[in-house]
Amino acid sequence: MSSEPKTAAGHGHDHGHGHGHDHAHDDHAHDHQDPKWYSPARWLFSTNHKDIGTLYLIFAMFAGIIGFVFSGFMRAELAEPGLQLFNGTAFGGFFGSEHNYNVITTMHGLIMIFFMVMPALIGGFGNWFVPLMIGAPDMAMPRMNNISFWLLPVSFFLLLLSMFVPGPAGANGFGGGWVLYPPLSSTTGHPGLAMDLVIFSLHLAGMSSILGAINFIVTILNMRAPGMTIHKMPLFAWSVLVTAFLLVLALPVLAGALTMLLTDRNFGSKFFEVSGGGDPVMFQHLFWFFGHPEVYIMILPGFGIVSHVISTFSRKPIFGYLAMAYAMVAIGFIGFIVWAHHMYTVGMNVNLKAYFIAATMVIAVPTGVKIFSWIATMWGGSIEFKVPMLWAIGFIFLFTVGGVTGVVLANAGVDHALHDTYYVVAHFHYVLSLGAVFTLFCGWYYWFEKMFGIKYNGFIGGLHFWLMFIGSNLIFFPQHFLGLQGMPRRYVDYAEAFREWHHWSTIGYWIAAAATIVFFLGMIEALVRRRKAEANPWGEGATTLEWTLPSPPPFHQYNDLPRFK
Amino acid sequence: MRSGDWKYWALSAASLLGCGSAWAVPQDGGINFQTPATETAKRVQDFHNEVLIIIVAITIFVTGLLIWVMLRYNKRANPVPKKFSHNTVIEILWTVVPVLILVWIAKGSFPLLYEQDVMPAEAREEEIVDIKVYGNMWFWDYTYNVGTDNEFNVESRMLKVGAPDPSLELQPARGDIAQLSVNNPMVAPVGKYIRLKISAKDVIHAWAMPQFMLKVDAMPGRLNQLWFKVDEPGVFYGQCSELCGKDHSNMPIELRLLPQAQYDEWQVQYKTSPEAARAYLDRVQPAKAAQVASAQ
Repeated sequence: MSSEPKTAAGHGHDHGHGHGHDHAHDDHAHDHQDPKWYSPARWLFSTNHKDIGTLYLIFAMFAGIIGFVFSGFMRAELAEPGLQLFNGTAFGGFFGSEHNYNVITTMHGLIMIFFMVMPALIGGFGNWFVPLMIGAPDMAMPRMNNISFWLLPVSFFLLLLSMFVPGPAGANGFGGGWVLYPPLSSTTGHPGLAMDLVIFSLHLAGMSSILGAINFIVTILNMRAPGMTIHKMPLFAWSVLVTAFLLVLALPVLAGALTMLLTDRNFGSKFFEVSGGGDPVMFQHLFWFFGHPEVYIMILPGFGIVSHVISTFSRKPIFGYLAMAYAMVAIGFIGFIVWAHHMYTVGMNVNLKAYFIAATMVIAVPTGVKIFSWIATMWGGSIEFKVPMLWAIGFIFLFTVGGVTGVVLANAGVDHALHDTYYVVAHFHYVLSLGAVFTLFCGWYYWFEKMFGIKYNGFIGGLHFWLMFIGSNLIFFPQHFLGLQGMPRRYVDYAEAFREWHHWSTIGYWIAAAATIVFFLGMIEALVRRRKAEANPWGEGATTLEWTLPSPPPFHQYNDLPRFK
Repeated sequence: MRSGDWKYWALSAASLLGCGSAWAVPQDGGINFQTPATETAKRVQDFHNEVLIIIVAITIFVTGLLIWVMLRYNKRANPVPKKFSHNTVIEILWTVVPVLILVWIAKGSFPLLYEQDVMPAEAREEEIVDIKVYGNMWFWDYTYNVGTDNEFNVESRMLKVGAPDPSLELQPARGDIAQLSVNNPMVAPVGKYIRLKISAKDVIHAWAMPQFMLKVDAMPGRLNQLWFKVDEPGVFYGQCSELCGKDHSNMPIELRLLPQAQYDEWQVQYKTSPEAARAYLDRVQPAKAAQVASAQ
């Protein structure tokens, strides 16, 4: 358990080199010697979990803006039938052809998953608050933490680069969807270098996540404060622990599938090539064996955050703590045995489909336990509607809507009609774009003061919430109707009969865009005003260890380990 | 539902009053499935509507609870929070009741799945019509009378305004619908068990027919199977439903269901020329006035 990370940390006067064994011993005694925020070495060589957490958050915000702008391109294109942007001539041909629409949808998916939600929830909040909540001085492996982060910008660069190199014949970029199904992603559909760059990018992002996950598991299992047994650990730490196990088990399978794809493309192997006895369906099995746990990887840390926020602002301990923790374990486990419900239409044996229906519906049970336990936590409480609480309550509603449409889709008989339609798009955006993203803002507004030592304006935060709530509902609720009427996913152009709801959906996007602008204005306001933060702005309801520290916490915390209970 | 409204009612009226073929198209502003056209599809819709009632009820229940706790247990209404964090009875209830609801849903779901997937045992050999379907980048082709001397293949491509090939020009006056109509529709007889053998020649596509609630991937190297039986003549539209590249949105499926005699005659016409066959289809299944108006 290293409490003395060897970096530039503690050398405010020392900008250039990052190794100072001679001074390391007195780091703790002289907090005023913390590295200056503008020192490049502090960020490039950082081994401090809080600095790395901040890097993750900034990175996720940057990637999120790009992903969000891409979805704006899609909504603008789909505002009415016909080709608005992707017609080869609009804006001097800037948007290219229909293929480029597919590139944009693909990039939107990959960016939001691998470079926005995962870095923000796991890398950002996980790094910041798992050590603080369990009473640890830092992560177990601080230097590995550094490489976990710095792999990501490189990976992101490769992904963005892929948009500018040849994909299919005569066009740039990979436009095969985030699911990367061969043969569209093999040399049949995309002979160019773009797909190879996507593969490298995802390999790096996967390594980054696996290293991060190992770090979390080791930290949580070994570095809890004296007295904090696993059954007393805060639920956010539980959620990150379960998520980390999912990452370690699921990502290597993706890496394997990607490697097979890579050798199919470049070295003549035939894993997924029909011409050589391979099977494209095998890729789908491997992909979804990763892909389904992946959706829980994105939502579980959010579950943890929401639990703390609900409890804090109800001034009441979380209802059914153990059930809440083990519901997450159950969701994680079941997440590994339901993958083929994404593949009901590939031509699977009917008995297999029946199994996947049954297994999939089981997930509703632990999810229901969580929803009802949150409400029971509020029941009898003394609720204050501060900004984080708005996001948490909004999340419960939206996740319920997204959850129940999941029960509809679990039934293969109905899914045969709804598979690959906008109904599915609506479903997974309700649980991710409105679920995971709402938890993300929930955590952001909950911990902002703690992390940055300044207060945000509550009115602006509330305005952000309401605009986002209205906007994202208006984007995605009508998409259920489109899906029921038969509108397929990933279409750049559509029949006149789908005009009405696409029109509303696009209006919703502009409201969500206004919300995003309000969010950034709120952050700028907070930075300009620099109102001094309190150690615990939320009062007696905030019981976890991070609120015992000043805001922002000292560069190194818990020099004397806290005793728990 | 501005512009959609009058079209909707005009079409509904047309399909009620008009005799002969039903033209089945998605409705602008529609909020439920397209009208199901097969017995199985009707049962799928009924099942979906039952589940829909359950999920709406659950959503209203959860929302109601949320509103109740926000009103009853906010800081002003309840200044001193209670301290409880367990209640075994309620925890068992909210585990067991969802399980019962899911079991009830499953009870309807499994028979439906098997009904959709497995062709009925009572289908006799002479009642089965096999049609082979291939997905291509970016059109469908259909092979009829597979394995007989009479085997022939029809390429089906989307019609559009300003197509380079004049035979692919969209003709609204004929009732063509942008993004849905094709030059050579797929044709099948009514009252028979139509068994599709589906595959693809390049990348994955998916053959989908919303009104039959059916969809199956056209997978290179595999022969997937799909069956349906429609009792009334009609025109149906579907669209490729697996991302297949640049023109994924431009390879729709137009399916014409004809009485057996007309189906046979269409085949004879097709042997003469595809244009003759198309003209024959337009003669026996003319678009209704409302249809033409809405397409224009």
